[in-house]
Amino acid sequence: MSVMVDIRSVHKSFGQLDVLKGIDLQVRTGQVTVVLGPSGSGKSTLLRTINHLEKVDRGAIHVDGTLIGYRRSGDRLRELPEREVLKQRTRIGFVFQNFHLFPHLTVLENIVEAPVSVQKRPRQEAEELARRLLERVGLADKADAYPRRLSGGQQQRVAIARALALEPRLLLFDEPTSALDPELVGEVLDVIKDLARQGTTMIVVTHEIGFAREVADTVVFMDDGRIVEQGPPGEVLDRPRHERTRAFLSKVL
Amino acid sequence: MSFGTAVTQASAPPEPEPADAPRIVPQLRLGQWTAAAVVLVLLALALTSIVRNQAFQWDVVADYFTSDSVLRGLWLTLWLTAVVMALGFALGTLLAVFRLSGNPVLRAVSWGYVWLFRSIPILVQLLLWFNIGALYPHVLGVRTVDLFGPVTVAIVGLTLHEAAYAAEVVRGGILSVDRGQIEAAQALGLSRWRRWRRIVLPQAMRSIVPPAANMLIGTLKGTSIVSVIAVQDLLYSAQLIYHQTYQVIPLLMVATLWYTVVTSVLGAGQYYVEKHYARGSERTR
Repeated sequence: MSVMVDIRSVHKSFGQLDVLKGIDLQVRTGQVTVVLGPSGSGKSTLLRTINHLEKVDRGAIHVDGTLIGYRRSGDRLRELPEREVLKQRTRIGFVFQNFHLFPHLTVLENIVEAPVSVQKRPRQEAEELARRLLERVGLADKADAYPRRLSGGQQQRVAIARALALEPRLLLFDEPTSALDPELVGEVLDVIKDLARQGTTMIVVTHEIGFAREVADTVVFMDDGRIVEQGPPGEVLDRPRHERTRAFLSKVL
Repeated sequence: MSFGTAVTQASAPPEPEPADAPRIVPQLRLGQWTAAAVVLVLLALALTSIVRNQAFQWDVVADYFTSDSVLRGLWLTLWLTAVVMALGFALGTLLAVFRLSGNPVLRAVSWGYVWLFRSIPILVQLLLWFNIGALYPHVLGVRTVDLFGPVTVAIVGLTLHEAAYAAEVVRGGILSVDRGQIEAAQALGLSRWRRWRRIVLPQAMRSIVPPAANMLIGTLKGTSIVSVIAVQDLLYSAQLIYHQTYQVIPLLMVATLWYTVVTSVLGAGQYYVEKHYARGSERTR
């Protein structure tokens, strides 16, 4: 199986604070990777480096064989112009904790914005795609609603549809259910599970251990800017080898 | 025991209210009535004195209200306001973008501009531009006095003044847009221009419109200051007439009424512009 995401010795610091202290991680095509860890462990930052929302200080990230954010020239990595980075991002879908839907645009306009303005698809075609995606996340009747009229769970499902509209090769989820009322978590996880069953390559940062157990091919546990351990959910969640993993799981389970 | 009773009553089907149930009497707000009466009496007194006072010469007001020279003055006031607002906000937006850019030189220049032009009173600035010929007698081989006529001075002076305030209004609007909106647009691959046009600006407009409308109305009336450099705006046209006829008060009334009329129209326009930019928000009032 080919490798979709290849992260090699990635370092990142914010001023004095080292957030990522040498991350190595490979995600194979069609697999679901769930990243767990206490807050401040660097898991969201790691996710954000994958589509270059954060620049790395050292190391390299390849997605689908393409070096993200830089081009190699000799022994240097030169930063790409923004235009190139934006092009790379269209192949990577990103779903935010707080949805970040555009409140002044309708649900449909939110979804067709990028396909029309970035991929230059005809509006009609983009709208048909958007309606199919809305149907897929169970919101076919909300196309003309404004985001603030929707519940948190519905907003997040629209955000997922918006990310899917670019037909990305990889989907990144940054705590997609953390901002939701408990009774709305299920509907969002169901959509993500559905995507997993269809073989979408995904990296999901979450605190939902049950979801990890059910859906993940690989569970990664991060603490203090490092990957402490990774493996199939049966191993990492049920027979963790590291004390820190055990301590974390005992608190959240 | 009394708790038990209350619970049984609540769960029982509602009984028809007994005829002798006590009626609720709202408090008599004596103070409110008195205050309203006093204010109304004062208002009536003021109105009768305005109507009765012959010195207002309302017939003269009516004569001049739509006279050619007043209308010409009104027209100049209107287009001067429009030009100054358009140029002022164009320059102000540029300054706001400079101020928020990553380039420290542009940031400093923008800050310096706002500092300088907010510091100089508009009257002083107009007089300085009016006398700029004393500093630079010739510009590109042309005599400065020919280049800087009163109207040009008015446009330049008011625009530079306006831009300093517009820069702050636009900057505040941009800052009011959630950072996550820009990140979401970046993650979708939207170009810098598209992010600005489609995502940031429409949302920023919600905070920009109310102070911008304030500025527009302020500018409309503020243009009357150009009468000091003999630009024939609404006020100066009225002044020119009363310098000949000595009907000072009626002509000032003509100007006052016109300013009120235009301000009212602009206020109504503001309502619709605000409604447009409130799309998708829960709070529309």
